[in-house]
Amino acid sequence: MNDERFPGLRRRGFLAAASGAAALTLVGCGGGTADTASGGTPKRGGRLRAAFAGGGASETLDPHLANLFADVARAKALFDKLADYGADLSAEPRLAEKWEANKALDRWQVTLRKAAFHDGSPVTAKDVLYSYRRIADPKQAFRAKASLEPIDLDASRATGERSIEFVLKRPTAEFPNILAAFGAYIVPENATKFDDRPIGSGPFRFVSFSPGRSAVFRRHDAYWDGAPLLDEIEFVVANEESARVNALLGGQVEYAHELNPTTARAHEGKGQIEIVRLRNSAMQAFCMKTDRAPFDDKRVREAFFLIADRQELVDGALSGAGEVGNDLFGKGYEYYAADLPQRTQDLDKARALLKQAGAEKLKVTLDTSAVAAGFTEAAGIFRDQAAKAGVTIDVKMGSKDSYWSDILDTGALCCYRSGAMPIEAHLSQRLLTDSTTNATKWHHKDFDALYQQAQSTRDKTERAAVYQRMQRRLYAEGGFLVWGFADWIIGTSRTVRGVESKAPANTLDWARFDKVWLA
Amino acid sequence: MRTFVARRLLLGAGQTIAVVLLIFALTEALPGDAAVALAGDQPDPARIAAIREAMHLDRPAYERLTDWATGLLHGDLGTSLTSGRPVTQYIADAFGPTLILAVLTLTLLTPLGFGLGVLAARHEGGPVDRLISSVTLAVYAVPEFALGVLLVTVLALKLAWLPPTAVGYGTDLLAHPAALVLPVLVLLARPVCSLSRLVRAGMVDALAAPYTAHARRYGVPGARVRYTHALPNALAPAVQQLARTVDWLLCGVIVVEALFVIPGLGTVLLNAVAERDVPVVQGLAVVFGVLTVVVNLGADLVAHRLNPRAGVAA
Repeated sequence: MNDERFPGLRRRGFLAAASGAAALTLVGCGGGTADTASGGTPKRGGRLRAAFAGGGASETLDPHLANLFADVARAKALFDKLADYGADLSAEPRLAEKWEANKALDRWQVTLRKAAFHDGSPVTAKDVLYSYRRIADPKQAFRAKASLEPIDLDASRATGERSIEFVLKRPTAEFPNILAAFGAYIVPENATKFDDRPIGSGPFRFVSFSPGRSAVFRRHDAYWDGAPLLDEIEFVVANEESARVNALLGGQVEYAHELNPTTARAHEGKGQIEIVRLRNSAMQAFCMKTDRAPFDDKRVREAFFLIADRQELVDGALSGAGEVGNDLFGKGYEYYAADLPQRTQDLDKARALLKQAGAEKLKVTLDTSAVAAGFTEAAGIFRDQAAKAGVTIDVKMGSKDSYWSDILDTGALCCYRSGAMPIEAHLSQRLLTDSTTNATKWHHKDFDALYQQAQSTRDKTERAAVYQRMQRRLYAEGGFLVWGFADWIIGTSRTVRGVESKAPANTLDWARFDKVWLA
Repeated sequence: MRTFVARRLLLGAGQTIAVVLLIFALTEALPGDAAVALAGDQPDPARIAAIREAMHLDRPAYERLTDWATGLLHGDLGTSLTSGRPVTQYIADAFGPTLILAVLTLTLLTPLGFGLGVLAARHEGGPVDRLISSVTLAVYAVPEFALGVLLVTVLALKLAWLPPTAVGYGTDLLAHPAALVLPVLVLLARPVCSLSRLVRAGMVDALAAPYTAHARRYGVPGARVRYTHALPNALAPAVQQLARTVDWLLCGVIVVEALFVIPGLGTVLLNAVAERDVPVVQGLAVVFGVLTVVVNLGADLVAHRLNPRAGVAA
């Protein structure tokens, strides 16, 4: 299976401030209440201005082209998906009211809820099929195309006004994840132009848009999930982190997305603004290519796992805004193997393993780039840690605009990060033989087979057991040295209430403004 | 004079073409292309190939350049690879804010720079001169970014006299004049210093020159000696400096645009380079090239008027 479900966002721009992948989420189960939602009954009215880093003059409102945080925040205000991710990255029904699979898990019946587009027309099965076919158009390169790959859209059909039968190319137990895939928004049938008065079914309707500057949307009173509390929302673009903070402090915006840890520390608890930390968000890792020297020897990989002082990396590279990782993706998400012991630094054992592998006096090049916050710092810290185990690491800086493409096939060791996505999507995108972005070159037929087994397993407990086995293997000898999970930091003015702190970026409740209100 | 202008314009056109070719070559030489940049952290090779095909990046570089050049001859700057919108729209949208900042800055810069320079020269060696010289030197030493952060912190955040950024105002900057104060201050700071120091030096030289001494011996009044004899000679280098400042302002001062969230030409250029959006980069190169040629030609003509004997090399 070759899909790229729920890809992290790409953050471009000259601000090194955080980037690369950007789907973030917070760990923890259930919908927690926000720190900022401290009291008061929700009040209607008002206009909220939210500052995001954006894509400049090339921005578009086409939800299928969404790529940056700002794009997604705007897309989810105007449009809906059939499902979306909860705080633990499991799919929750949205426009879909329910879904049901056949016994073989390769045919799924999806029933839509009663919902209307901004022009009053109902959301129908035809709109859904049109939207998915548009995304899957072979002549286009929409981001969600790979996520929808398991669906046979020619065979899938509307079985009623609000019911669809999806025919899949193979059993897919996690089919709901596809409905929640990044960018899989539902647009009205035959819609092609989105920059002028786009029509969606989302909580806000279009008012105005100027790319790279601002987008103004107004409350959609007939929204199926309840009309938003705000009258209006304005998304403004400010690429420089300091500008977002200054605008927030100066009262020019009420919500500033993506702040630096140092900014958060300076203002946390000072009473001027509120800081919301979306914990355990972006995975931070070093990626070892398991198909080439020196990492084709699993003893060398284990030695590297033991070289890392994770707390030092979190303190140094993330300014302490995060927590340590255990060489597995998705801490706190559904199916995460939380019972494996936390790895810590053990230089003696690392040295012994390297000796066994005949890799004493090892020299490795570590590729890094200013593409994401903390990358170059992490590389420097790890170089010093490795020196203590007798490993010489040569840090090599690469171009940030082409970094992800450069590190995919070349080099042996590189800095890596990823936003939130279901663990199943991480496995299928990055760890199967035919995965499109398999940066650790993890090619194991038996591992692929386990993934297929999980996808064909109807019972959730049994499926969880398979995922557990896969994760145990990765923990023991995988190519991802996952050293931490970074916080995602948002600042709001003191009047803003209802900002969810337990369900972050790209999950349903992240950048969700229909439940936010102004005190 | 006319042949001089024609020659310069011809040369300018040649220079602009050279700049555009150079920029094209450099953008091509950068690692990655628009497809790679767009694919970001999901560099699935099949997807990159599809994007490349959709953008027609799979065609050879010379073909793309020829197409673009043919369009240019018809006044068509092409369309953005990333958004499919016309490049002219990018430039038109971003030109407004840049122009507003440039015009405001220049309007204040010219009297301020020349005034301070002349004032310092008049009191050469005195306390006024020393004050002006040391303050301008000190301000000149502060980079724009640091000065901007300092001014925002003090004037906008601590004292709350001015808005810290122009976020959300878009092209409608003139409707929010308060938001323009800080950016213009930052833009003014260093050019005022360099200009006034140049004028001062020129004036000091000119006032010590034999011809001013001669004029004085004829009994020409001091003010007249200063303003009609010495100043024009002192101005020639300052005018060239002013032209460079105009260039600098019109090409978008990225630091100021980023700090104050003003979506001008610098921001567009920066994004376009990061996205490897070659048509947009090329379009901007043409605009910047033409502006530079015209502004410098204008400056040379003014300098020539002020001081015909110095001659101006074409």
